[in-house]
Amino acid sequence: MVAEPHIQTTAKSFLTQQEKDAINHEVSLLPYKKAAVIEALKIVQQHRRWVSDDAVAAIAAYLDMSTAEVDSVATFYNLIFRKPVGRHIILLCDSISCYVMGYQKLYEAIQHELKIKFGETTKDKKFTLLPNACLGCCDHAPALMIDEDLYRDIEAEDVRNILETYT
Amino acid sequence: MIYERPLTQHIHINRQPLNLKEYEAKGGYAAVRKAVKEMTPQEVQKAVQDSNLKGRGGAGFNTGIKWSFVPMGSDAPHPKYLICNADEMEPGTFKDRLLLEGNPHQLLEGMILAAYAIQADISYVFLRWAYKKAAALIKQSIAEAYAAGYLGQNILNSGWSLDMHLHTGVGRYMCGEETALLNALEGKRATPRAKPPFPQVSGLFGKPSIVNNVETLCCIPHIINNGADWFKKLSFTEDAGTKLYGVSGKVKRPGVWELPMGTTMRELLEEHAGGMRNGLMMRGVLPGGASTDFLTPAHLDTRLDYQSVAIAGSRLGTGTMIVMDDATCPVGFVHNLQHFFAQESCGWCTPCREGLPWVEKILLSLEHGEGTQADIDMLQMHTQLLGPGNTFCALAPGAMEPLQSALKYFMEDFERHAHEKGCPYVHEAVASSEW
Amino acid sequence: MTIYIDNKPYEAKAGKNLLEACLAAGINLPYFCWHPSLGSVGACRQCAVKVFKDEKDTQGRLVMSCMEGVRDGVRIGVEEATAKAFREQVIEWMMTNHPHDCPVCDEGGSCHLQDMTVMTGHDYRRYHYKKRTYKNQYLGPLINHEMNRCIQCYRCVRYYHDYAGGDDLNVFAAHNHVYFGRDKDGVLQSPFSGNLAEVCPTGVFTDKTLKEHYTRKWDLTMAPSVCTHCSVGCNITAGERYGKLRCVVNRYNEEVNGYFLCDRGRFGYEFVNSENRVTQPLIRGRMSEAVSEEELMHELSVLLSQQKLVGIGSARASLESNFALRQLVGAGNFYAGISETEAYLTRLIVQVMQEGTLHSASLKDIEQADAVIVLGEDVWNTAPMMALAVRQAAMKTAANNAAAQLSLPAWHDAAIKELVQTDKGFLANITVAGSPIDNIAQVTVHAVPDDIARLGFAVAHELSNTLPALANADEKLLQTARQIAAALQQSKHPVIVSGLSCVNSAVIRAAFDIAAALNNTHWKASVAYVLPECNSMGLALMQAPSAERIFDSSNANDMTALILENDLYRYLPQATADAFFSRCSNVIALDSIHNNTTEKAQVLIPAATFAEADGSMVNYEGRTQHYYKVFIPKEGHIKESFHWLNSMRIAKNNRSNGHGLSLDELLHEAEIEMPVFEGVHDAMLSPHYSIHGEHIPREPHRYSGRTAMYANLNVSEQKPLQEEGESAFGFTMEGFKGQPPADAAPFFWSPGWNSGQSVTKYQQEPGGAFKGHIPAVQLFHDKVDKAPVFFKDIPEAFVARKQKWLVLPQYHVLASGELSSYTKALASLLPEACVVLSETDAALLGVRDGDKIRVHPGTTALPVKVHLSLANGVVLISAGLPGTEVYNWGDWVKIEKE
Ligand SMILES: Cc1cc2nc3c(=O)[nH]c(=O)nc-3n(C[C@H](O)[C@H](O)[C@H](O)COP(=O)(O)O)c2cc1C
Ligand code: SF4
Ligand code: FES
Repeated sequence: MVAEPHIQTTAKSFLTQQEKDAINHEVSLLPYKKAAVIEALKIVQQHRRWVSDDAVAAIAAYLDMSTAEVDSVATFYNLIFRKPVGRHIILLCDSISCYVMGYQKLYEAIQHELKIKFGETTKDKKFTLLPNACLGCCDHAPALMIDEDLYRDIEAEDVRNILETYT
Repeated sequence: MIYERPLTQHIHINRQPLNLKEYEAKGGYAAVRKAVKEMTPQEVQKAVQDSNLKGRGGAGFNTGIKWSFVPMGSDAPHPKYLICNADEMEPGTFKDRLLLEGNPHQLLEGMILAAYAIQADISYVFLRWAYKKAAALIKQSIAEAYAAGYLGQNILNSGWSLDMHLHTGVGRYMCGEETALLNALEGKRATPRAKPPFPQVSGLFGKPSIVNNVETLCCIPHIINNGADWFKKLSFTEDAGTKLYGVSGKVKRPGVWELPMGTTMRELLEEHAGGMRNGLMMRGVLPGGASTDFLTPAHLDTRLDYQSVAIAGSRLGTGTMIVMDDATCPVGFVHNLQHFFAQESCGWCTPCREGLPWVEKILLSLEHGEGTQADIDMLQMHTQLLGPGNTFCALAPGAMEPLQSALKYFMEDFERHAHEKGCPYVHEAVASSEW
Repeated sequence: MTIYIDNKPYEAKAGKNLLEACLAAGINLPYFCWHPSLGSVGACRQCAVKVFKDEKDTQGRLVMSCMEGVRDGVRIGVEEATAKAFREQVIEWMMTNHPHDCPVCDEGGSCHLQDMTVMTGHDYRRYHYKKRTYKNQYLGPLINHEMNRCIQCYRCVRYYHDYAGGDDLNVFAAHNHVYFGRDKDGVLQSPFSGNLAEVCPTGVFTDKTLKEHYTRKWDLTMAPSVCTHCSVGCNITAGERYGKLRCVVNRYNEEVNGYFLCDRGRFGYEFVNSENRVTQPLIRGRMSEAVSEEELMHELSVLLSQQKLVGIGSARASLESNFALRQLVGAGNFYAGISETEAYLTRLIVQVMQEGTLHSASLKDIEQADAVIVLGEDVWNTAPMMALAVRQAAMKTAANNAAAQLSLPAWHDAAIKELVQTDKGFLANITVAGSPIDNIAQVTVHAVPDDIARLGFAVAHELSNTLPALANADEKLLQTARQIAAALQQSKHPVIVSGLSCVNSAVIRAAFDIAAALNNTHWKASVAYVLPECNSMGLALMQAPSAERIFDSSNANDMTALILENDLYRYLPQATADAFFSRCSNVIALDSIHNNTTEKAQVLIPAATFAEADGSMVNYEGRTQHYYKVFIPKEGHIKESFHWLNSMRIAKNNRSNGHGLSLDELLHEAEIEMPVFEGVHDAMLSPHYSIHGEHIPREPHRYSGRTAMYANLNVSEQKPLQEEGESAFGFTMEGFKGQPPADAAPFFWSPGWNSGQSVTKYQQEPGGAFKGHIPAVQLFHDKVDKAPVFFKDIPEAFVARKQKWLVLPQYHVLASGELSSYTKALASLLPEACVVLSETDAALLGVRDGDKIRVHPGTTALPVKVHLSLANGVVLISAGLPGTEVYNWGDWVKIEKE
């Protein structure tokens, strides 16, 4: 019932000071440590793009949780990435207004440009393409988001230019 | 006719939102000063209750009454929480984004007032992940409000203190459901909670909590400043205030407008949204987001308030409508919605977890020409059995609303899919399926 | 209050939900996510009924019956058409992805999902799309995982994580991809994992040891039995086929183990099938085949007629066998096969309990306690189910407090948990080296036994200042004592748990003083003293001196020792045991498995295990429980020890055709000879018991293949087994066909209810007492008006000695009983034996983790494990693991680096 010592040590050294500081701050706002687990997952993902098994173990050790408990939460949320992702995440809205306005064409264009489908990452690890539920700009559909940048009223022809701005 | 539009008066699409000083210069935070100095929490609650403000998150419950269930007084449990639901993930809904990005201080002021009314100690903005710009603005605005003494210890020397934090989500539509949202804030899986007990008595961290929608909260400062009667008069009908209405789909000018509650659908669609694009006809409208029943051109004169839309057979919901034109296949349209709901089911209760994927598969098989009349009957069955009360929360019943009304209004389309063994519409691309 | 179900009035208990009320009324209403021990969460939506406003309301409202409390006069419709249709549909939804693999599924035939599916009437598949499939996980040697069968009722996580506190199983992902398992493949870490097999309503989690020799429930021959692996005495049902014990499942007992078992109990059964069984009488120097029963008896009557005959009883043998031995050798020659220290400590406990001023706490009492002090006992390892009960006490107290605030009903599990958050009821866990329940305790102390006792006495003093204060106590200890005393004073029914694992009488006395001090003001506290073995209490009540006392008599040489089901090498240090055997000229051993003691025997007699025997045992609390033969081994000459001993009594007394005493005759004799045992025969179903003149069949009426079972040997049907003497139970499927009363049920079954959940049909209400009168035979009697006699001798504070260490046993949750470690699956999970030392002591000795050291007196070198919170001056040595030796526990030893 006690975690293996070697796991504990790797878990302790896994998180950077910066990550720990950020997690500590979140913990300080909450009644108990565990409650900061989603924040901790976000923080780690911010620094490392995705949350590896080691990261789950590290967060678990840091917040006095088990890895299963952390993973239970991590796998519930679709924007916590438990698999490696590319340098840039393309979130293509596939919800209703974008459907009516033809997001499928954008999807085809992206597939054509990058040769990846939803859920896949380009060979050069540059892009990961994910479908996303309504981005909340239905009046400017179809829309997509790459990292923090929102693109609205896109035509299939625009896709290449947009993608080219990313390195 | 020029209507008063209190919520959006200071919002200009191409301008940065007001900072604290500018907001104050326009009368901002006056309501907080007034409430904290001149009103008891109960008086704030009463004012809001009298204004007949109904929750803009979808359910349309009287906000003041909702607050009144929070235990008050010296032996009430603390900390109490006030949470702004800014998860806005209902497909077709984009009204809260305008308020968040357009005037964050208005929201903060509403939150402070609501928190004061229930004597909350801690407040959260639960913001969806995709609203990056809003996140930055809210963060900055919270900092400004702390610096100006509207947040923090002993606010305006009232003896009352309030902290405010921004929490950004990591996906999942369910986080918008108020009890699932509480679980998410506690660092848990966003599955909903059973009610009763209601969040007002056992909410975040087991403490009394109120969850309100962005738009609801943005109304509060104006009610405090101008009174309940003024607020009621903003509306054309019984349901008070203005409403942010949105339109998306193939209309000429998709967008969002603040209009008197009770504006007709015709006015909204034809005047503000400019009518259908050339060559297209409207076949149906989801009046309040993806989880509302279709209305048809026959309902164009329906007033868009809670009661009138209900009488017409749908729900006002979020008041943001999605227009379905006659070149769009209703089956494909509904399939897209059901795909969304099936994906966003939290997996807690059986009917939703297993029923929605089944519905989705049937719709896809109809689109692919593999569906039969029996499948259509199966869809009907689901609309009946995934109703309110049968599932744990309102997600699945919400999902059934567009489906049941599509079956009602567009049955011939469903039947053609079954009989003609395929989709009679020209698709720009194949319907998405589970990936 | 009265409720109306389908227009018929029923009595219902306040505070229950509608589902519980319906089940209590005997109505078949399907459910999944609800469980009597786990409460309601409303997830599966299977238990839907209609609730009507009044008689005129025909519309009604569909509700989940598990989520609505009963109200006086409430009208509900179970058979109402829309409710029925909805329930049928819920099953159809669950079945959309459920594989059609019942024929190859281990759950088949005792599957709640099958039962519920039939109950709702769903029988035709309309879903014709591809099913969702999952990968299964390796979860260790005990539990098998087959995720495709999952119906997502969430019971597994709610049991494993919430109820049992296991942290390595959870739910992952969302929507219809939710997955229940570990985050990676690996052995389930909780020692309560086996309950998953029963908590899971379908075949996702199943008993992997059963899989090795799989048999359907309907093909098992079963009998009510009692677990023999620790002193708690959980009730079990054991099942056999083809002469092999196949599995053990929980047998509900409201006051003892409720719905659960620990893994030691559930999976520790396989020693019965061991290749190492003694199956034939053996006489040293003779070919085994050569020994017939007559020859054996002849040999024995010669040996038994010798002058110096001593009998050594056993803490793991039945009361009957121990008594038969005592009768054979004479009370003055009857010894307990345990160490003197253990005998002394158990005597002290018997003395304390017999005084009657303290109530003896059942597991149910512990679960319901609103404050628990564990004083010095390593309950997790010595009495796992008691540890689980302690956990429930901590959780339930917090839940009750929270529920009272908002007047939430007790069944409203999720709501209560949301309100409770991280609160726990009061638990002080005071141990030598810590325990997994530390993480739910408000107070945890790791200390040396004497200091644990001192803390206990300090608490007692805080509770009653007529009791002596500690001389020169440090402030920290006093502070802890005050904290504990304050919590105890606020509680209404606290329980003090203690026992033998400290090997320290002061700890036992201090536990008594705390409880007795509480009772000074009002009768409210109770105690539980954990003992080492399943019948330690029964043996202790016989008041026999320990085997070590044999040496006290000067002429203790050339004895004939008759050793009953006992490996003395597990109780005495090797040198002591060797010395004992060197002074015996003859050793007769009765045992079921070959061990170091049987090695010493001239005559070795094959004893039945619990599964092949009837017998009674007294658990730690003084509760006598009876277990019944599951089967009679076909090969060899295995018999219950008391049978052999009876025959020896006849042989010894040279009565050629004497009649051996039957079980109840033996018990009656015992009651007359030793009045402490008065009433013990009540724990046993009369051998003459029958219903309408018929036996209760041990085999379900669907038992299959009987006529073909031995077709490889003989095509004619075997003669059904006939038991010598009488029994209420028959070995075949013939006999009474209905539902017997609970205490006469060899297994739980009811029409339409094939799984273990059928137990509901035997209960007055779900999770409640059985219907009808079930005698609980308690040998300790509360004497409310008697004043307690306090112990006032407080030990000095512990001082570490130079070059010497206090040696204490470190038990292991899966193996502290002798027999469970003979089970392959459990044995594979046991750690390597080691010596635990404090950091300072390790440094002093110049050793690090893994270095080998030698303990004197002792023979084997053992690896070191450094412990961060262990006190200096103590060593803990693995006890009970296979191959470990016994030390003079509680004594001082020397250590040297290898
Ligand atoms: C599946 C689901 C998703 C929801 N999403 C949102 C949301 O994104 N934003 C919101 O304000 N309300 C949402 N709601 C409604 C909330 O549960 C809640 O009623 C609302 O936040 C209350 O605020 P109000 O009283 O101000 O309307 C959702 C409800 C359901 C069932
Ligand atoms: S209806 Fe059920 S499964 Fe669906 S989201 Fe609500 S609780 Fe989860
Ligand atoms: S048993 Fe009632 S909802 Fe599952």
